[in-house]
Amino acid sequence: MTDFTQLGVKQIRDGVAGGDFTAREVAESFNAAVAAAAELNAFIVTTPDHALAAADATDAKRAKGEDLGKMGGVPIGMKDLFATKGVQTTAASHILEGFKPEYESTVSQNLWDAGAGMLGKLNLDQFAMGSSNETSYFGNVSSPWKKDGTNAAMSPGGSSGGSSSAVAARIAPAATGTDTGGSIRQPAAFTGICGIKPTYGRCSRWGVVAFASSLDQAGPMARSVEDCAIMLEAMAGFDPKDATSLQMDVPNWEAALSADLKGKKIGIPKEYRMDGTDQAILDSWEQGKAMLRDAGAEIVDVSLPHTKYALPAYYIIAPAEASSNLARYDGVRYGLRDLPEGAGLQDMYAATRAAGFGDEVKRRVLIGTYVLSAGFYDAYYTQAQKIRTLVAQDFEKAFEQCDVILAPTTPTASFPLGSLNDDPLTMYLNDVFAVPASLAGLPAMSVPATINEDGLPLGLQIVGKPFDEQGVLNAGLAIQQRAGFEAQPEKWW
Amino acid sequence: MSTYRIQGATGEWEVVIGLEVHAQVTSNAKLFSGASTAFGAEPNTQVSLVDAAMPGMLPVPNRECIRQAVRTGMAIEAQINKWSRFDRKNYFYADLPQGYQISQLYHPIVGEGQLHIEADEKAGIPEDKIIGIERIHVEQDAGKLMHDQHPTMSYVDLNRVGIALMEIVSKPDMRSPAEAGAYVRKLRSILRYVGSCDGNMEEGSMRADVNVSVRRPGEEFGTRTETKNVNSVRFVMQVIEYEANRQVDVIENGGTVDQETRLFDPNTGTTRTMRSKEDAHDYRYFPDPDLLPLELEDSFIEDCRASLPELPDAKRARYENELGLTPYNARELTAEVETFGRFETLLAATAAKIGKPEAKVATQVANWALSVAPGVAKSLGDEADMANATAEAQASILAMQDKGEISGGQAKEIYEFVLKDGGDPEAIADEKGLKQVSDTGAIEAAIDEILANNEDKVEQYRGGKDKLFGFFVGQTMKAMQGKANPAVVNQILKSKLDG
Repeated sequence: MTDFTQLGVKQIRDGVAGGDFTAREVAESFNAAVAAAAELNAFIVTTPDHALAAADATDAKRAKGEDLGKMGGVPIGMKDLFATKGVQTTAASHILEGFKPEYESTVSQNLWDAGAGMLGKLNLDQFAMGSSNETSYFGNVSSPWKKDGTNAAMSPGGSSGGSSSAVAARIAPAATGTDTGGSIRQPAAFTGICGIKPTYGRCSRWGVVAFASSLDQAGPMARSVEDCAIMLEAMAGFDPKDATSLQMDVPNWEAALSADLKGKKIGIPKEYRMDGTDQAILDSWEQGKAMLRDAGAEIVDVSLPHTKYALPAYYIIAPAEASSNLARYDGVRYGLRDLPEGAGLQDMYAATRAAGFGDEVKRRVLIGTYVLSAGFYDAYYTQAQKIRTLVAQDFEKAFEQCDVILAPTTPTASFPLGSLNDDPLTMYLNDVFAVPASLAGLPAMSVPATINEDGLPLGLQIVGKPFDEQGVLNAGLAIQQRAGFEAQPEKWW
Repeated sequence: MSTYRIQGATGEWEVVIGLEVHAQVTSNAKLFSGASTAFGAEPNTQVSLVDAAMPGMLPVPNRECIRQAVRTGMAIEAQINKWSRFDRKNYFYADLPQGYQISQLYHPIVGEGQLHIEADEKAGIPEDKIIGIERIHVEQDAGKLMHDQHPTMSYVDLNRVGIALMEIVSKPDMRSPAEAGAYVRKLRSILRYVGSCDGNMEEGSMRADVNVSVRRPGEEFGTRTETKNVNSVRFVMQVIEYEANRQVDVIENGGTVDQETRLFDPNTGTTRTMRSKEDAHDYRYFPDPDLLPLELEDSFIEDCRASLPELPDAKRARYENELGLTPYNARELTAEVETFGRFETLLAATAAKIGKPEAKVATQVANWALSVAPGVAKSLGDEADMANATAEAQASILAMQDKGEISGGQAKEIYEFVLKDGGDPEAIADEKGLKQVSDTGAIEAAIDEILANNEDKVEQYRGGKDKLFGFFVGQTMKAMQGKANPAVVNQILKSKLDG
């Protein structure tokens, strides 16, 4: 059996369309790789039959000479935050264990309609709350990467840690992610892959288990900028079922990809030079500038003065929304119900939610409840919303001087699982560079830049103007072509 | 000024009342989901994924519900807010699947407006009054819990979950149970005119939260209590009466009124504590992040305005000024949508049949519609088949009466036959001999005979005893078996006696 697992989205799609191999061969190859990678714990459930059925459908279409779709023949991993009809959907929480939706999320349906198949449901931080994939009820996900000279399991980042681990380990050519405050970009950076969070509203949130509604946005994670462009085209689109969905046509991002940045200005925000940022990261940022200059762009300094307030504001707004969004998990209609002997309704709520939610989820529900409480609302929530507006205005001003912004994705490389468990604040700092773009709803991408001295990948982040995914992808492509990131984790699983 | 006072042991107390009326919006689909809103369906058959708050489901505003709220706002002469926003009101309960109600706390769709209530001496409202309305906001209804289906469990019916409600919040402008009753009745009438709520209080389409406080006349407002979910005008008035007296008792006995939420027991006519201020929920309101602010376009607002019907106050004025109806008749006819609807149909049919302008026959039709016709129907009881009470048949009767072909009594008799068995009133009049005789020959013959037989009385009449005219009329009608046209009888008698 030929091994197709080194292939990416574009190569599989084109190869299947061109008759170089069948979609079924590809699906079988990845199904086998998934089955052999249980140690990564990247998947909560695997769905080899789904992948095969989609592949067979693609092969049948090809036999009839029909259009195979943007993702024809490509098997992918689906973050277990997307509702998939008849397939367990848990958000990695005990409270939804065994829940099989009667409906399919818009994004996953779009992907199936484009010819993709599903290898399985990917592990994540519980309710997408976490930056290390250690809050899942279904266990930690391990990164395929190891720090040189150690054997400690490393974090794949979070919350889309199953996605990043699977794509980096070549057990999936691509995967869906969701990004609320960095949950696509940070894991992509930690594992040496690409991931883009599009403009808020590009991808429908319908059928995606909500964390923080005003921030949640789905996006693709894959090993190349081209693959991200292709998959984002398949995922995006106006959805009348989501009132915050953008009523705009989906551009043909793949076709318009260009690494020629002549005439483009790249903004470098001085406020992202924070204490505690690894020197290697600062060095890679410098290299990134040089690469983009080499691609024809002009580098300009910009200021995002409210950056330091973004993370605290995020940790008010996101938990506030989460505390309300997660109220529906009450044991009444679906999922876990813990009804102690003789218990009343309030006791059932308390018992169900105590047993069903993990510690990090409880922490954020408590924070969110607190900041929305009478007497604290203005001091926290109202202030945080003001900061959110100021952060967005910072970007608006900066984009008067530049076309895209280049910054590090994270302040550090990946860390060993368990090393930050007792230090949530340091854990939260992982997203310090990712959160501002989330608050402003801007498209932002992480692309692999280099390998640090410990043999771990580092990513660079590109933030664009609203709706300008193309500008982001193009800058990403320019870096990808110059960085020549070829490193792969050594297989140990 | 209302003169309603509670007579306490230490003096007089004035009652201050504000009402929050929840009116279910008339629409086929719920506020944020496509599920049906029809009343009376089997439990949990009208529940969408959104209503059941399944993971990942999102609300999408229903344009029709927004339209109805805007139209209602216009009908109470209120400020329409072109920019409004939905907020989440968070609390846990089994009838609330989302764990929050989508409502509008900070930026309601309708701002300040007003409603006129009319003087009604009998009811204790000495003069016309304007009641201020603070706001109308749109929100989701909750589901229903059934506690009597199982010994240890409660059942949940989610059919009502997510149906659109308008919460119409009055200012604390009412001062007596009668004013509050008049306010609810008037509001209900307006909602039904506009068609934004069916006003059915028994089915719960309209219910009120009643805020009551007492104070010494003219002094600062006292502490209020809020009695929830009162579902009839009578109960609203009972709640106020009971609460006002209870609060006066509390204060006069040295206590203080607690700001609390209370429940009304219709069986005893009393209220009791539901939850105190200390137990009050902290609803943690915040803007719903699933929904963008609601911005109304000018064209949408114009369409809403253009679709408004003639409203009760305007209609009543027109009935008085253009149709010449009495204030009483105008008020009675305009109180209910069904009443004016039937009246206007009958008026048009009658005017057409007779060939006169509506204003010329309006009084006759109004008297018929308000008093004669209901009287006949009532006297028949179960024998009456109201399906026979068509505008066509009634217009036909009124036209015969207008032409002098039948008397008022005959009109009633014919209508009896119509209600019982249906049929064409003109044919009935012919068949049953229910027509007046206007044949002057026959009447003249009868009169001549009567005058001949009563020469003494004729002398007395001519001698100045005018009252005897009635005697001659009576005798003539008797001789004609009541079928003579009284006008013709009068005319001939007059000419013969005076001539």
